Amino acid sequence: MDVLLEADRLTKRFGALTAVDDVSFQVRRGEVVGFLGPNGAGKTTTMRMIAGYLPVDAGRARLCGVDVQQQPERARAALGYLPEGAPAYGEMTPLGLLTFVAQVRGLDGNARQERLRELRAYLQLDAVWRRPIETLSKGFKRRVGLAQAILHDPDVLVLDEPTDGLDPNQKFEVRKLLQTIAPDKAILISTHILEEVEAVCDRAIIVARGRIVADGTPQALQARAIDHNVVALTVPADAAERSLEELRNVAQVASVEQQPGSNGELLLLVRPANGADVLPAVNARIREAALPALEVSRRRGRLDDVFRTLTRAA
Amino acid sequence: MRTTFLIMRRELEAYFTSPLAYVFICIFLALAGALTFYLGGFLERGRADLGAFFVFQPWLYLFLVPALGMRLWAEERKSGSLEFLLTLPVGTAAAVVGKFLAAWIFTGVALSLTFPLWLTVNYLGNPDNGVILAGYLGSWLMAGGFLAISSCVSALTKNQVIAFVASVALCFVFMMSGLELVQGAFAGWAPAALTDVVASFSFLTNFDAIQNGVVDARNLVFFGSLIVVSLTINVALVELNKGA
Ligand SMILES: Nc1ncnc2c1ncn2[C@@H]1O[C@H](COP(=O)(O)OP(=O)(O)OP(=O)(O)O)[C@@H](O)[C@H]1O
Ligand SMILES: [Mg+2]
Repeated sequence: MDVLLEADRLTKRFGALTAVDDVSFQVRRGEVVGFLGPNGAGKTTTMRMIAGYLPVDAGRARLCGVDVQQQPERARAALGYLPEGAPAYGEMTPLGLLTFVAQVRGLDGNARQERLRELRAYLQLDAVWRRPIETLSKGFKRRVGLAQAILHDPDVLVLDEPTDGLDPNQKFEVRKLLQTIAPDKAILISTHILEEVEAVCDRAIIVARGRIVADGTPQALQARAIDHNVVALTVPADAAERSLEELRNVAQVASVEQQPGSNGELLLLVRPANGADVLPAVNARIREAALPALEVSRRRGRLDDVFRTLTRAA
Repeated sequence: MRTTFLIMRRELEAYFTSPLAYVFICIFLALAGALTFYLGGFLERGRADLGAFFVFQPWLYLFLVPALGMRLWAEERKSGSLEFLLTLPVGTAAAVVGKFLAAWIFTGVALSLTFPLWLTVNYLGNPDNGVILAGYLGSWLMAGGFLAISSCVSALTKNQVIAFVASVALCFVFMMSGLELVQGAFAGWAPAALTDVVASFSFLTNFDAIQNGVVDARNLVFFGSLIVVSLTINVALVELNKGA
């Protein structure tokens, strides 16, 4: 079995509020799964249950086949976890904290020294290596948290907003890091940055009000966007009428809208029926009718739009 | 065992890398000295023992030990580091025992720094050092009792002030349960057996016995079981409250 992380009907209630409601999914070895949802959707709560920090009200979580509730210590040995906000002992230095974690993880002697050196270089912690963590900037705190999570090269990584507060360079570095280590791990990351999902995730799970509302590849999710496969073309304003007429009659085109463009140009949006790919047909028609198209492009659909549609209050 | 030790060592290092350790020890020594010399009349008594020192220990601990214990869990929960600690492959019991031991050892360090008093009585007279040793042992055990109660209370709240006040109150009850004030409240209606049980729960009664050089198994068992029971409850409370 290469399912390393398994959430099976997880449910958590806080009083009258059901923060996580019957959430099930699996993450396989080699997969990076993005966990998305609006504020308060239940991402952190779900991750806490998977990490065995919060007791579940129903359901179970398994890491590498080990039940988190029944054998918490064994399950956690295979887990690297970055809690939301990357909490740590503020009075310790990155060196001290990572040494402590390494010892708890059973890493000693030269292996430990070696690993700490690697992490220090990997996450560029040199400048802050011996400074108390409470005096570090948010981004450096987050990097220490990441170092602590990947220290023992775990099979499963659960990272709650790992790139929150990082500068663009560091975001890039962290994504690269995730891609490097991804092939032999199962990784679950929550994030509010949708480009990140396109950049690093093989799959995205969207939750809203404690329930999963979508689970699929970024491409499959994009396909649910309203302007998925919409062909956008710019034409001179005086050719607008003719172009509209011609394009409306192309097979599988549902509608053509026009939007004002800049300096005497118009933008035509050719909306396909049922998300069909009409670009070849549109191109053919442009040639046949000699339409003066200045620019033609096909839109893939924006994850933002899908996210908004799926998570807006019902 | 290993993780308990690692957590204990981490905590001890944390004490000594923050001002907490030094402030605590200084104030402990200053108060202990002041009480012993001024209120206890250490020199005027003209007796070669540390009675004047030990008699005030319970009162000193009543305020200082909850000050040490209040942060144990409340601070950890407030700052979120509890989530970090308890998602490492560390059992809750190991964490509770490790943190308790670190704080207890720390009180032991503070207590042992009162050794100049011991040197003084040995210089001035010819004390029974066995009794003094028993006194120190009893004092440390009592500190452990206070500490276990404070640690337990600390697991109930994120607010350190609440933890402190509640710990002092609870410790006070345990301290006083042997005195006539409390006994009087029971004497009228409760069977004698119950009154005795309540009395046997008293820190003062148990500590007095040891401090007088009588190291009776009953007194050791009292403090030992008090610590074990408190820490067991502590583990349950941490488990129960960690997500809230
Ligand atoms: N300890 C708690 N007690 C009561 N309610 C809680 C507790 N923890 C979380 N909640 C509630 O559960 C819901 C889900 O919270 P959660 O932190 O999981 O959201 P999230 O998806 O991580 O949001 P964000 O994107 O803001 O991090 C929220 O309504 C929150 O107020
Ligand atoms: Mg969150």
